Amino acid sequence: MQSSNDRPRGSGGGPESAADHRAVPGRAYVETVPGAPYDVPRYEDPWYDALASGWGESAGLAAAGPALPPVRREAPAEPPRAAGDVYLEVQRSAAFQEVRSRYRRFVGPAVAAFFLWYVAYVVTATTAPTLMARPVAGAVNVAMLAGLGQFLTTFLLTWAYARHARLRRDRAALELRWDTQELTRGARGGAS
Amino acid sequence: MTGDHQTAALVLFSTFVAVTLGITTWVGRHRQGSAEEFYAGGRLFSPMENGFAISGDYMSAASFLGISGLIALYGYDGMLYSVGFLVAWLVVLFLVAELVRNCGRFTLADVVAARMRERPVRIAAGTSSVTVSVLYLVAQMVGAGSLVALLLGGTTEAARTWTVIGVGALMVIYVSLGGMRATTWIQIVKAVLLLGGTVALTTLVLVRFHGDVDRLLRTAAERSGHGEAFLAPGLAYGGDWVSRFDFISLGLALVLGTAGLPHILSRFYTVPTARAARRSVVWSIGLIGGFYLMTIVLGFGAAALVGPDAVRASNAAGNTAVPLLALDLGGGAESTGGTVLFAVVAAVAFATILAVVAGITLASSASVAHDLYASLRRRHSEPRSEVAVARVAAVGIGAVAIGLGLLARDLNVAFLVGLAFAVAASANLPVLLYSLFWRGFTTRGAVWAVYGGLVPSVLLVLLSPVVSGSPQSLFPDLDFQYFPLQNPGLVSIPLGFVAGWLGTVTSPEVPDEARHAETEVRSLTGAGAV
Repeated sequence: MQSSNDRPRGSGGGPESAADHRAVPGRAYVETVPGAPYDVPRYEDPWYDALASGWGESAGLAAAGPALPPVRREAPAEPPRAAGDVYLEVQRSAAFQEVRSRYRRFVGPAVAAFFLWYVAYVVTATTAPTLMARPVAGAVNVAMLAGLGQFLTTFLLTWAYARHARLRRDRAALELRWDTQELTRGARGGAS
Repeated sequence: MTGDHQTAALVLFSTFVAVTLGITTWVGRHRQGSAEEFYAGGRLFSPMENGFAISGDYMSAASFLGISGLIALYGYDGMLYSVGFLVAWLVVLFLVAELVRNCGRFTLADVVAARMRERPVRIAAGTSSVTVSVLYLVAQMVGAGSLVALLLGGTTEAARTWTVIGVGALMVIYVSLGGMRATTWIQIVKAVLLLGGTVALTTLVLVRFHGDVDRLLRTAAERSGHGEAFLAPGLAYGGDWVSRFDFISLGLALVLGTAGLPHILSRFYTVPTARAARRSVVWSIGLIGGFYLMTIVLGFGAAALVGPDAVRASNAAGNTAVPLLALDLGGGAESTGGTVLFAVVAAVAFATILAVVAGITLASSASVAHDLYASLRRRHSEPRSEVAVARVAAVGIGAVAIGLGLLARDLNVAFLVGLAFAVAASANLPVLLYSLFWRGFTTRGAVWAVYGGLVPSVLLVLLSPVVSGSPQSLFPDLDFQYFPLQNPGLVSIPLGFVAGWLGTVTSPEVPDEARHAETEVRSLTGAGAV
């Protein structure tokens, strides 16, 4: 039974956490950043999804995510447990609760906002066509602006979500994934 | 349509068929026959490739021809479709894509069954997935039949029948021989072709108006005969309150249905991680958003340059607006440019239909083999045989779709797609969201959520003016119409959610804390994901 504490963590802003790693299909890899010590372990594990930068983002931002506490601080002393207990334990850990609340704090208001905005748009278009027909500039009327506004908010929310997930969630989720997998491996008696 | 158009279009289309069959055989060379490979293409696609493939799966002929045609005929009301089809992707991005990638293996039922008693949940989710897929498939087959009739001049019944059969046979070949890998590459090729064609036409429209969008809109409004009203909502859905509620119903179905479409969900399993799934959705939102913006320009362009009267004369539903626009942009019916552009648009439309039906057939054969067959058979067998079942299921689904496609050939395509979205939103979305986010959700709740959405949505369609009681119905001579709306979403989507809640609170089963923890941890971290 061993915990994952002997594995170097990326969340401390270590050199291996730089953002120019790209996930390559079938063989995720991590390049050593110039200037990094050579003893940084390379993960040849296809599960290790390197933090890649997304659209329209400067790559350096990805390293800015704040660090989170690990699931377990020391190796557990109790006998091996079932995998289900591991998941319960991870679920109750502060690190997981933080990831979950970061996800929910973004997604909850965002879903409510775009859904209300969309329903308001559809209902107004069907019930108040005269309001929508009011001209704004040239041939462009309120309805045109509202429709293009839907496109615009969709693009903006997509960008904001991708950015939020990459900066606020991805690193912590990856840490948790490692910890959880090591714990479940331990729970199954060290096999595989 | 002259013989030149037909020849050029046929040559281009045959090229596409040859290329896609080439892809299928090339991909099939190194086939190992594993379920991973057949359903998920080995999970090795990059986010960009998958983003293009998702757009290819989503941008159907109903969008390309149908929405532009609706805009050409009804102006602003057609644009409402574009908005709904795009905004729906926010539901997918925020609530579904990453979590489903982390929790599931091949199908929607995988996600739900992870927390529940597996057999009843798999049967329920598998049944609703197959129902949605078959509805969507019928819509595309009907579209293929009428397109050929319209574009190639083959107005005889025999030409339409043989087109539907031909499209069905091709999609069965793609899917059963090539699996997900071939299907994905076909989607990518098709998405590039479709976007390329759309960009070219949009540029030509804007060049014709010297980049002056205001003049484009004014010309369209003048030519339509409706004046300013053409640029405001109300021409198509502004009549009585029934048609207004019908539109709200359709709007809800569009925005909530996408996240429940089986062939869209199965695309997230073709990438290695949840992060890759998110990035592929970001790609596809960019591509799909750009595409729908361009269909708006094409629609108003067709209204301005071709005119609603000419469009309506060619096809009452407006499906030929874009081909007619291409003919005009190329220099007219007798010119070489017109012939070439027309042929390109026709070939792109065929490619679109072929690729979309292949994607849906694959997803539904996965549901049949992985969910229904695996739950209903008695003893365990090797995964290899599950893939064999999926190949056979693809043939069976192809046959069913051909049969229904021939039966329903007179129904409007965009409308049939709306029905598929309504059923997906009612039967698949509630159970998916509940099992991802509700701690107390139980097996009974899951089963009730699926059937509580599926049965009302299908029943309401049967009792609606679509099936009987109006001159445009499937059976115009009969009258058992008791539900006024054409789209059931407004009623059946809330029913699906209520049924899931009711099943859960009345269930004696105590929700399993540990399995909920497992779903939640896995969905947000990707631990244990395949």
